[in-house]
Amino acid sequence: MDFRFTDDQLAMRDVVRDFCNEEIAPKAAWRDETHSFEDDLIAKLGSLGLFGTYVPEAYGGSGQDYITYVMTVEELSRACGATGILVSAHHSLCVDPILHFGTEEQKHKYLPKLSSGEWIGCFSLTEPGSGSDAGAARCTAKETGEGWVINGTKNFVTNGREAHVIVLFAVTDPTSKHRMSAFIVEKDTPGCTLGKLETKLGIKASSTAELIFENCVVPHDALLGERGRGLNVALATLDGGRIGVAAQAVGISQAALDFAVDYANTRVQFNQPIGRFQAIQWKLADMATNLAAARTLMYRAAWLKQNKQPYGPEAAMAKLFASEMSNRVTDAAIQVYGGYGYCADYPAERLMRDARITELYEGTSEIQRLVIARKLTQEPAWAAR
Amino acid sequence: MDFELPEEVAAFRDTVRKFAAERIRPHSRQWDRDQTLPDELVTELGQLGLMGLLTPEEYGGSKHPEHGYLLNAVVMEELARQDGGVALLVAAHNGLCLSHLNLAGSEEQKKKYLPKLASGEWVGAWGLTEPASGSDAAALETRAVRDGDGWRLTGHKMFITNGARARVYVVMAKTEPEKGPKGISAFIVEREDEGFVVGAKEDKLGIRASDTVPLDLDNVYCGPEDLVGEYNKGYADALRVLERGRIGIGALSLGLARGCLEESIAYANGRIAFGKPIAAQQAIQFMLADMATELEASRLLVWDAARSLDLGEDARQKASIAKLFASEMATRAGLKAIQIHGGYGYTKDMPVERYMRDAKLCEIGEGSSEVQRILIARHLLEAK
Repeated sequence: MDFRFTDDQLAMRDVVRDFCNEEIAPKAAWRDETHSFEDDLIAKLGSLGLFGTYVPEAYGGSGQDYITYVMTVEELSRACGATGILVSAHHSLCVDPILHFGTEEQKHKYLPKLSSGEWIGCFSLTEPGSGSDAGAARCTAKETGEGWVINGTKNFVTNGREAHVIVLFAVTDPTSKHRMSAFIVEKDTPGCTLGKLETKLGIKASSTAELIFENCVVPHDALLGERGRGLNVALATLDGGRIGVAAQAVGISQAALDFAVDYANTRVQFNQPIGRFQAIQWKLADMATNLAAARTLMYRAAWLKQNKQPYGPEAAMAKLFASEMSNRVTDAAIQVYGGYGYCADYPAERLMRDARITELYEGTSEIQRLVIARKLTQEPAWAAR
Repeated sequence: MDFELPEEVAAFRDTVRKFAAERIRPHSRQWDRDQTLPDELVTELGQLGLMGLLTPEEYGGSKHPEHGYLLNAVVMEELARQDGGVALLVAAHNGLCLSHLNLAGSEEQKKKYLPKLASGEWVGAWGLTEPASGSDAAALETRAVRDGDGWRLTGHKMFITNGARARVYVVMAKTEPEKGPKGISAFIVEREDEGFVVGAKEDKLGIRASDTVPLDLDNVYCGPEDLVGEYNKGYADALRVLERGRIGIGALSLGLARGCLEESIAYANGRIAFGKPIAAQQAIQFMLADMATELEASRLLVWDAARSLDLGEDARQKASIAKLFASEMATRAGLKAIQIHGGYGYTKDMPVERYMRDAKLCEIGEGSSEVQRILIARHLLEAK
């Protein structure tokens, strides 16, 4: 048992931190304001290998371990929550299912360009009428002589604007118990169009897109995993994605704590730094404590995944706790800042807006609780490990 | 990173879990009601090796000193899973009394006291708190006045865990009151010392199987061989002891919360309402999910802090964070468990109301939640 990072992981963390201090953090407010990423951001992230962190070198990746990847998402999110999810959604929701369910051909075709950042990936499961109830999706893929013909509308696709590669879920066998299948679709395929981009509360630079499929034909070998096993692909993928979202929440919260501590040390009221007041100390202590709890849950889940052990409920716990924690912690940061915290001149309000999404995407808090409770009630012995 | 318990720790956990289920569980309700613990149980705890977990093998202690604090954390959880009082007896003995002797005791003191303490033949206690000084521990008023080579101790100690049962006490007293915290020293007092009187047990909300007593010292003589650690360094050592003890209380909280969770799952699966087990209701599921999530986080925090100590790292911040989070978590778990059990949870036929009462102590003993928050905030603000 060892809770420490390895030397390699620490070295990578230094590299990512330096990069974040120079390139990511200074433009976080600008990204939020303009709802966009600067033109060269993706290239810079790609040059550091941050789009294929744990993809094996044989497929063009950086070949690092999964914990390093999660640590990377935490650090990026500490500097900018939107950049964090750009990298996290790309890895967790597109690279990961291709890595786990893809054929050799698919891996060789997609992973090198995804890992370099030449192509960005996204994941498209949600539809206007199916969110938590993902199995109720209506987008269809019909098999014909020329391939699969896809029709339907998807929404809330993170990275939809930047992505070239879509891991798409569509109904292939409407009457079967196994009605959905997964596909790898390239966005420039005729019949696939980028629809509305959402205007959001937070993570404004990150795109949240509608994707419209109108008789979009993809080849037979675009099928990812077995036909009819789409929901399994989706759920297994989301298990991993939850660790990434937890890392995003932890990173955002660490930033909130950093800023709040600095402010508490420098802001003078009643002739002393406000950090001397227990009212402020209590907030800081609770922020740090809850942050530590979330971080350890997150790395535990990451370690399980890295070691190929079952990790679904642990990832749900990490995501549930980290996301709710990040909302409390960023709210407390605003309170420490007082009126300034409510103003965009200071980062606290952006952090709070960014944190809010983590309770929603890749499974709401409510879905996480159902996942955890199902495990507890069906396997009581698991609770007594 | 590696989140797996070492094999020998996991094996020992299983042994203690079985012992606790067989030897503690059937009696916990009665011990709680009567505020007693049979001496034979302490003997058995000693035979299992639980009274010397943090003591090196050369003094009759653990065979796995490299995992001392982790092993201690795991044992605390397993004992508290059935009875918080039994766990606190072991926690105060190991985490406070023996920890202080291990940390600061002389070779002679270790040889004289540790083997009998580690075997469980003697029980140890630790005296810092006084009627008028709890969180503000340095304000203690017990005096140690020079008498030849030794000292005469006079004062009152309060809330002393194991005080009624102990043979050996490590007691903090002011050797040079004008120096404040830097004028406090630690002394070994034995039960039969002249002028030393053990008071009546407190009638407590929870942790009732564990005794809590006041101690009166009236001119109790301590020779130079009874000074523990350096002269006037007693308070500094006490703070380090508390850092270690905190991890034990955090771990004790884990056991209580796990008891709440396990009992609640069993009840929710078996209790039928509206034609189905209440476990099928989201209202119940959500409580279980929150209990389990917070418990998991607490356990990792406690283990992380314990591992840090085993590695010889500075674990103060980790220990405070673990203790604060785990103890408050356990009380929440207790309240939720009662809620899940409904009216039955409010009765003593079910153990969860006891776990809730036991948990409350963890927010108070060995540094209240408020003290932990002060320490955590200070660390954050000063690290900048």
